[in-house]
This record gives sequence, structure tokens and C-alpha cells, in this order.
Amino acid sequence: MLNNIKQEVKKYYSPSTIKRFMVDSSVPLLFIVVCLLGVYYSKLPAVFIVDTLLERITRNLFLVLALIIPVIAGLGLNFGIVIGAMAGQFAILMVKHFGIGGFPGFMLCIAISTPIAMLFGLMTARLMNKTKGQEMISSMIAGFFANGVYQFILLFLVGTLIPIKNDILVLANGVGVRNTIDLSRNGNLTYSLDNLLKLPLFQVLAAAAVIALLAMVADYHIKKRGKKASSIIQYGFKALVCLAVLVTSIAVLTSKSPVRNVKLPIVTTMVIAGLCIFNSIILKTKLGQDLRTVGQDMHIAKISGINVDRTREIAIIISTIFAAWGQIIFMQNIGTLATYGSHVQIATFSIAAILLGGASVSRATNGQAILGVILFHTLFIVSPKAGNNIFGEAQIGEFFRAFVAYGVIGVALGLHAWRKTMGGRKKKTTVVSE
Amino acid sequence: MKKEAVLQMKNIEKAYYGNKVLKNISLSVKAGEIHALLGENGAGKSTLMNILFGMPVIHSTGGFSGEVRLNDEIVEIKSPFDAMKLGIGMVHQEFMLIPDFTITENIKVNRETTTPNFISRTFKSKRLETLDHRAMDSDARKALDTLGMGIDEWTKVAGLPIGYMQFIEIAREIDKSGIKLLVFDEPTAVLTEGEADNLIAAIKGLAAKGIGILFITHRLEEVLQAADNITILRDGELVATRKKKETSVIELAELMVGRKIQILNKSGANNGGTDQREKAIEIKNLEVKMPGEAVKGIDLDVYKGEILGIGGLAGQGKIGIANGIMGLYESTGEVLINGQNLVLNDTKGSLRAGIAFVSEDRRGVGLLLDASIEYNIAVTTLQVKNKFLKRYGFFKQIDGRGVRQHAQQLIKDLDIRCSGSQQLTRQLSGGNQQKVCIARALTLEPNVLLVSEPTRGIDIGAKKLVLDLLLKLNKELGMTIIMTSSELVELRSICDRIVIISDGGIEGILPPEAEDREFGLMMAGEYKKLLGKEGM
Amino acid sequence: MADTVRTYTRKIGLPRLIISALFIAVCIAAVIMKQDFRLLVSDVLRRFGMFGILALAMIPAIQSGTGPNFALPIGVICGLLGGLIAIELKLTSAILGYGFIPAILISLPFAILAGYIYGRLLNKIKGSEMLVATYTGFSIVSFMQIGWVMLPFKHPEMIWPIGKGLRVTIALDSTYGKVLNNLWAFKIKGANIPTGLLLFFFGSCFLLWVFSRSKTGIALNISGDNPKFAAASGIDVDKNRILGMVLSTVIAAVGIIVYSQSYGYIQLYMDPLYMAFPAVAAVLIGGASTKKAKISHAIIGVFLFQGILVVALPVANDMIPEGNLSEVLRMIVQNAIILYALTKVGGGD
Repeated sequence: MLNNIKQEVKKYYSPSTIKRFMVDSSVPLLFIVVCLLGVYYSKLPAVFIVDTLLERITRNLFLVLALIIPVIAGLGLNFGIVIGAMAGQFAILMVKHFGIGGFPGFMLCIAISTPIAMLFGLMTARLMNKTKGQEMISSMIAGFFANGVYQFILLFLVGTLIPIKNDILVLANGVGVRNTIDLSRNGNLTYSLDNLLKLPLFQVLAAAAVIALLAMVADYHIKKRGKKASSIIQYGFKALVCLAVLVTSIAVLTSKSPVRNVKLPIVTTMVIAGLCIFNSIILKTKLGQDLRTVGQDMHIAKISGINVDRTREIAIIISTIFAAWGQIIFMQNIGTLATYGSHVQIATFSIAAILLGGASVSRATNGQAILGVILFHTLFIVSPKAGNNIFGEAQIGEFFRAFVAYGVIGVALGLHAWRKTMGGRKKKTTVVSE
Repeated sequence: MKKEAVLQMKNIEKAYYGNKVLKNISLSVKAGEIHALLGENGAGKSTLMNILFGMPVIHSTGGFSGEVRLNDEIVEIKSPFDAMKLGIGMVHQEFMLIPDFTITENIKVNRETTTPNFISRTFKSKRLETLDHRAMDSDARKALDTLGMGIDEWTKVAGLPIGYMQFIEIAREIDKSGIKLLVFDEPTAVLTEGEADNLIAAIKGLAAKGIGILFITHRLEEVLQAADNITILRDGELVATRKKKETSVIELAELMVGRKIQILNKSGANNGGTDQREKAIEIKNLEVKMPGEAVKGIDLDVYKGEILGIGGLAGQGKIGIANGIMGLYESTGEVLINGQNLVLNDTKGSLRAGIAFVSEDRRGVGLLLDASIEYNIAVTTLQVKNKFLKRYGFFKQIDGRGVRQHAQQLIKDLDIRCSGSQQLTRQLSGGNQQKVCIARALTLEPNVLLVSEPTRGIDIGAKKLVLDLLLKLNKELGMTIIMTSSELVELRSICDRIVIISDGGIEGILPPEAEDREFGLMMAGEYKKLLGKEGM
Repeated sequence: MADTVRTYTRKIGLPRLIISALFIAVCIAAVIMKQDFRLLVSDVLRRFGMFGILALAMIPAIQSGTGPNFALPIGVICGLLGGLIAIELKLTSAILGYGFIPAILISLPFAILAGYIYGRLLNKIKGSEMLVATYTGFSIVSFMQIGWVMLPFKHPEMIWPIGKGLRVTIALDSTYGKVLNNLWAFKIKGANIPTGLLLFFFGSCFLLWVFSRSKTGIALNISGDNPKFAAASGIDVDKNRILGMVLSTVIAAVGIIVYSQSYGYIQLYMDPLYMAFPAVAAVLIGGASTKKAKISHAIIGVFLFQGILVVALPVANDMIPEGNLSEVLRMIVQNAIILYALTKVGGGD
């Protein structure tokens, strides 16, 4: 057994592979350091950071995960999730108009947004099929364009062509939707998913770690009987992570820190986990293999008889639907819909987040999405305070995080373009891990 | 024992826009037979294969006449997918492999084995079925074993040696159920000699299993090594079908090249004995890194006032020579122009040294398609020699009137058919576009003119005009011309000497009236091997 | 008949045709609604001169083959720096155009340097210029937000009275605000003609035209038109792409200074973020594509685009008094036109 490990270490963990790992994960590593420094200098109480971070992660992660499938299909980072978000907001407005609240209201939002998002996704995809090789900028401009149409509909058609009489939604003169809509009034949608079930975070973590450990041991024994014994090191590493989580959780729970009372919205978390599972299960199907083939080489896919355009359409439609749902999850947590503002930045922020997690234009995984969201929102929470403490100016922290959002996208796109021009055929893999 | 014919193609004819490219071709491949299809570039091999695979280019240009039979049944192949379903497979020259996929995944692209699951049953969709990796791996293993490849099926393709990639392509084809006929398109072109031998052994193994093999190549020796029967095409016509035992390399060479030629260059400029004549260009150990047309070290002298032809098959490096001299692709070695050393990799320097270049890629390199004829003609000279500029105070501006007068003169001299010097070159016919390219080169007032593929994509009447023009420039202005062409007939009709390039080097130099078989052997790269000497 | 219509359509270009029709439609609507035409003409001319040079900055970029310069904010930032430094150093005497001339001169070295560096970057990412450019622009603007706070400007009219850093909008009343607009301005039947502004714009166009007919200008144009042809004519394509980007950045810097003087304010922080899009849309409306552009495209495009927005504003407000229909219209038209151009780029080769 020890020999096995040694061999494996030699095979997979030589200095050169470690070096490559460092280079490949330079972005997340750098930002882990930046975040830790930010946390240190912000001098914010841990309970505040953990609580806020948790809320932001559960709020935003679904949207970020919606980005993965287009990456696999070779469409790059889908700036068009803004359009999906608009579909979600249309649905929210309708449900608000009907005045249905609570979990039924939430589900109705999902139900209404799905066909709208499918239609929007199809239109976006058609456009992207017409602009092959320029998909990302097309989806970005399409987002701007759609925003114009969205505003036109809500500002000028509502109350004129679309006869809606509703004092809560429509402006006083009867034309146009209000700028902000309080989701908790007239059928409460606020926290309609989050508040279904909330449990203390660290209890949940401890339980999850124990279950994972048990599952791993069982899995190892079953696999051992089979021919292919999986990598011992990988098992060891995973087990270590689980143990670390378990120990930390127990430590927190036994301490008197207020952190132990932080609560996790269970249903929301399960929905997000469901999307993670979907993202990896889809790859195990024929459709997933087609998505990968198209993503790797459209030409080969085409001559092998795969309907390339249709496959790309499916990828974008899926992504758009998830974006719509993600936006609904986002809004039920925020509680206030800024009709003309809530969706505008979500593509930029979500894409920046997944890139911070180490994803690139041609490779994105669930893990990168999760890590990225944690880093991005940590940065968001601590940077104003840290800016204030370091520079005596809170603004600088705010500007810094805006710069990080744009800058990381710029650098990622630039690197991708650079590799494309330099490397020619040397493409990176596009596999969702685990 | 009489074996059944897997494939029969009968009386195939095909025309592109009234231009007949295949005339009454018939071909038959039996089960277990290795049949070689031999011919120069442009002989019609690829058109014939396009018909066999039902490529869209055939159907979008009006289809073809004649019939295709598989196992004695007439079939209609409308798309490559149809061909695949009928059991016809193709091993491509440029590999159709995805580097980041495993060997299994590549073998099974869009033919994945799947098992139904709960969701796929609910939606009744095959696409949602689960991939059966175990079954796919075992299929791949079987195909690889058939070829005697020990490599693990879950290895990623990226980083494998080229020879392996070829075998993976073959494995993919034989994994398709009911494969009857396998077409190899110049399979050895990118392989080393050892790899090529392995490949031929594998092909023979496949044939022994009863698969019909169609083997497209121009390597004569390989043909005799591998094939049972050989069909030779030339200019879209079936020249001959030979059994291996009844033919020889020399006969094949002759059949591949031979045709009536008309020598236009009757002055016989090279009768003065080449040694005493002044050299216009001396090339020493020139290497050019042009992708697909690499030059691997040549020595060549070009004499003043001659037309030197450079011939050879596509991909052998003939195109690279002119591009290297012009500094368009990275090159090393030594080039002397009139005894003066030329700095390589400096296009401007080459142009200033009095060399002008008419590129083989007329529309890509040779022309500004959305600019006027006059602009095209003048602009290089303006950049290189600062001509056609007029001073206005502090600024030097392009001299519109000078440009126009010059262009109009050349339009008259070269007989460029156009509506005026301001017409866009995109709207001109191929022949007239080529004349504009030549006019641009002439405007530089060069000592040496490099012309690559001057008649590619031009109709027959215009071809003659372009060749006449080159001859006239040579005779009347005494211009030294180096003409590179895939069309041997053309080279033999106007050149004084013809250099044949094979595998990036000079295979030999021949006078235009040399025998067909000599040209054929040189083009196939067999001349030195067979006769143990260089030509001339 | 149908054929001639089609060839004619192709010659003018679909976007230009649609926008022209739209422009005529809003003009007719304006007549019917009895809008004050003196005001409209003044406004169209003012905004034409105000946005013109920014659109003109697209021309050398497209001509040199780097595509529409979505990284226009780089040049804009350089211009803003020039404008700020000129005021900070109090170079605002009447002879110096109240700071206008120093602003341009000071911005030049910044713009040349930035354009050069950015041009070198673009040479490494050929084929994906537009997207990278957009985010380079965004990044620079968001980075300079920190700069506007940190840079040691002291002029009381520019910094916040309390707190740190430069103001979001800086009034140019006491300096070069409206210098060009008011220079030799006169009125025809009540419509204000900003002579200086228009002269400056057309002068810039003329200079660029003269350049485009010089040897260097021709080399630049060929590099973009057909890089392989250029290489075979002994032209250094990469060098010309850098030159194109330097020119574009310099013109953008001048453009924002002209824009601010016409507007009367310098706007900092997030304001330059989306500056590139209307400029790109304008040249595309004028008939340019992502690969080919002429100076006339910038002139026609800016006129049509700004013309529509100006005339549509009061028309729209009469129909729907609430909300800014003109702004929504700008978003739709501008992005639709860019999308249309993208579908014409073709398979990314």
C-alpha cells in the first residue's frame, strides 16, 4: 500500500505537475490571499462575514452555475444570462400582479419564467449560431439590446398596449412599471424559498461530513473488489477535507462564538446542489457527450453527423432557463426588485465570480463556480471596510472590487484569445470535475 | 474463386459549371482487394471520392451521371452520413480526431453506446440516455486489437505520435458495424517510413478480413508494395487499369504523366550551354518553413533571361521556394541576386532587389479585392519605391492622375478586360485578376519575376493568354521568370528548364522535351532511387 | 425592378437605409407635431459636432484591421487626464482657448503611449479584438476610479470640498466650456450654428483624409484590408495595427475634450464606461462594417444617429410624457446595429 502511494506520488505529483497546478490555479490562489488580507484588514466580526457570505452564496451560486453548460459546448462565457434574468423578472412581475405569495408564488414564478426563458434562449442561440467565433461579444451586446427592449416594454407598453391596472406595480399615471417593487407586499415572495427550512450551518456541515466519510469508506470497499482500484491519494485527500470540515464544525459548535448560530437555508442549498448534480449528470448522457464534442471541434462534430447548431441551441436554452430561475432565487432573497437595475450587472458579476474560481473561457466546473462565488463575495463584503482601514477611504475598496470584476474578465478573455492565436490547436479540456 | 465486387462505379461523369472534370470513369473493388487509385493533383481522384461519399459539393453543383453499386445493388448516396450507413469508411489525410478526448471517445464520436435510464424513458429521448463507458471501451479495445495496437483505450489522443493517430482513425472506421469498403486518402503522406510500413501491413490485414480497400496515393513504390490492382486517372479520364504483377514503377510513372504537349517556347533559349551564362539568382541550401510546403534545403542557379519551371506534386515544397525568396515564410540559407547577397526574411528587401512575385493565392495574397484595379496595380510600387506620390506643401499624397495613367497603359498592354481602371478587382474574371497581379508585379520593374500557379482556377482560353503573356515578357523584355506550377503541361510548354521538387528537395532538372516517364518518376520521388542519379 | 431595388439596397447597406427611413419618419412626425425646428436644428448640429470626433476615432482602428475600437475609453481617459491637468496647472488663459489647447496637447503623450501599449497587446490576440477591447475599456475605467480619488489634484473647482478625490462632474464654466461651440457662432432664422465646433470636426476629418492618402496612410489601410497582401508588398502589418490604435486613441482623447467643452462638464468615474458603444454604432449606421470604414461613414453615421435621437426626443415626449423614450430608443438602435454588424463578421477567420 505504501509503495502504491509512492508510485502514485511519483506519477501524478512530480514537481512539474505541481508547478502546472500552481500556474493553472494562479488566479484563485492570488485571490485567496487577497481575500484573507481583506478579511484581516476589514476587522469585521467573523459572525458578520460568515452570515453575510452565506446569504450571498446561496443567493448567487445558482446563477453562476448556469454558466457552465455553454462553456462545455464551446460557446464561452454566456453574457446572455442577463436575458434569462429578464425572463425571471417578467415572471416575478406577473406573479406580483396576481398577488400570489409564499412558496406557491415562488413556484409560479418558476413555472411562468421557464417558457419565456426558453423562447429568449432560443433567440439568443440563433443569434450566436449566426456569429460563430464571436459568441461572447454577441451575447453581451444581445444583453444590452434585450435590456433596451425590456425597458421599452415595461416603461411604455405596460399601461398602454398591455392593459394592467395595479397600483403596486404601475406608476401613478398608469403607464410604466415602478422602479422598485417591494416583493414582501401583496403576496409575500421575500424569502419564499430560503425560509422554508433553516438549520444551523455548522450542524449541517458536521452531519454532511460524517455522511460523506461513511459513503467514501463504503465506496472504497466496493471499488476495491472491482478491477480498477481508484487512486488512494484522491480518497485520502477527500477524507482529509471531510475530517477538517468535521473538526472545524465541532470546534465552532462547542465554542461560544455567535458564529455557531448562523443558519443555512436548506431548501435553497438543495436546489443549488441539484443544479451541480445536473451539470455533472448531463455529461454522462449522449447529449452531454454531444455538447462536449461540439465544444471541442465543431467541424468534427458536424461530419460525424451531430446537429451542431441544434446542440448549441440546447446549451444556451438550458443556460437561459437556469439564469431565469437563478434570478428568481436571487430576488426572493433580496426582497426588492429594482425593475430596471436588478439584472443589469448579473452577467458581469457572475462571470467574474466563476473566473476568480479558476475557470476559463473553455473550461468551467462546479467546484470553480463554488470557490469563485466564495472569493468574489468575500471580496465584496470586506473591501469597503478594508479600503477604509488601509486608505482612509471606503470608496477605494468599492472601486477596487469593481475593478477586480472587470479586470478579471478582461484578463481571462485576453489570455484565452492569446492562447487561441498562439497555441492553434492546443485547446484546454472542458470537463466538469467529479 | 471469384470474389464479389464490393464497389462498382460505372461510367461516372461529372461537370462543374460546364467544365468536365470526370469523363466516363469506371472502377471496381472486390472484397478483400486493395485497389490503388493513382493520379496527379487535379486528375479527378478527389472528385471521384466526393461522389462516392455524397459530399454536398457534388449535389449543389448538379450531381453526376453514372451509377454506383455496392454489393451489386445500385445505391444513391446523398450525404457522407448515407455513405457511413452503407458501410463505406474514409481515413482522412488530416486527422479528424479531438485531442482532448480519449481514444475510445474519438472512436465512438456520435456513435456512443447508451443505455436507457429513468429520464430518457420519461422523455422518450435517445439523447438523454446514459453513456455505457464499459461497452464503448470494450468495442474500442476490440478495434485496436484488430489492428494490433497495444495502447490503452482510455489514453488521451493529445500527444500521441502521428502514426498512432492514423491507426485510431482506422480503428474508428472498422468499429463501424458492417464496414465493407475503406478509403485511404494519401495515408502515408504524413508518416515516417517505419510508420508507413506498419500501416501497409495493417491495411493488408484488413483486406484479408474481407474489407475492400481503396488506396489513394501518388507514391508509386507503395502502390506496388500494397495494391492488388491499380487504376490510373489523368485529366479526369481513366488512363488504364493494371494488375500489380503486370506493371512496373516506370510504366506507372509514364501513365500518370504522359500526354501530348505543345511546346510554345520554340527559340530554345538553353541551347547556348548553361555554364557560360550569367546567373540571375543563386540559391544555396535554402530552407523554408512554409506549413504544408516546406523546403528542406535546395541549391539552384537561375540564369538570366530564361524561364525556369518549378514542378512537383502538391505538398512537396515547390510553392515554398518563391515564398521563401520573397521573405513571406521564415527561411534560412543563402540567396544571391546578380551576385549580391539577399537578406532573407525581408520582403521589402526582396522587392527592392528587383524581384517581383505573383502569388499562388491570387485572391488571398495577390489582390485587394475591394479596391480598384488602378489602386491594386500601383500600391506596392508606391510603398516600395515611393513612386506615384506627389508633394502638396508638407504632405506627400498619392498621385491619382499618375496612378490612373499608368494603370490605363497596362490595361491596354496586357489586354485586361474591364469596364475601366476604377472597377473593383473582385468583379473581374480569374484570368483578368491574374493579369492585374502580373501588372502589379511589372509596375515594380523587376529583373526577376516569380510566378506561382499562374493558371490556377482560370478557364482554358485565359490560361493560354496568361502563358503567352509570360512568354512575351521573357522574349521582348528579356525578363527572367521563375514559374511554379502544378501543371506539368504548362511548364513544358513555355519553360527552358524544369526543376522537379520532391519531399522539399530537388529531385532533378529536365528539359521540356524529356520523356514522360522521367517526369513521372521524378514527381513520384522515385527517380534518384531508381536510376541512382540526378537528372541533367 | 426588384433587382435594381436590391442592388441599390446592397450598395447603401441595410442599416443605413433603415436608419435613414426612421430619421425621415421622426422628422415628419416632428413637423406634424409642430415642434420647434430652430431648436431641433441647433441641437442636431451641436450633438453632431460633439460626438463626431469620438466616432471618427473608429476609422483608423477599423482601417488598420483591429476592428471597431471598443476600447475607446482608453483614449477617453487620456483626454480627461489632459483636460484635468490643463485646469490644475491653470493653463486657462484666453489665448490658450481657456485651456482647450493645453488640454489636447497634454493628453497627446498619454494617448500615444496608451495606444502603443494597447496596440501591442492587440497584436497578440488577433481575431478576438472586439470582446477583449470591450473589457479592457471597462477595466481601465474602473481602475481609473481609484485614480480619480488618489491622484494629487488640488484645484478647488475640481475636488470635493470635503473628502478625498475629484468630483464626479466638473463644471467648465470658468475654463474651456463651450469655447468651440461659441467660437464664431451665429444664428440663421433662430437656429444656432456652432461654427467653431463644426470647423474643428471637419478639420479633423480633413486631416485624417490627408493622412489616409499619404504613403503611411495607404500602408495602414492595406494592412487592414488584406494583411497577406500587405506582407507581400513589404508592409509591416503589426506596426501598422499599432499605428492605427495610436491614432484611434489620440483621436478619442481629442474627441472627449471636444465633447466635454460642448457639454460644459467633465464627467469622471463610471461615466466613460459605455462611451464606445454609441461611437461604434454611429460608424456602423454610416455604412461601415467591422472590417471596412471610410471617413464619410463617421460623418453620415453621427449625423443620422444623433439626428434621430435629438428629433425623436420631443416627439416621444409628446406621445409618452413619462420616462426617457429617447434613451431607450438609443439603446435599442445602437445595440441592434452592432449585433447586425456582428452577424456579418463571418466565421471568425
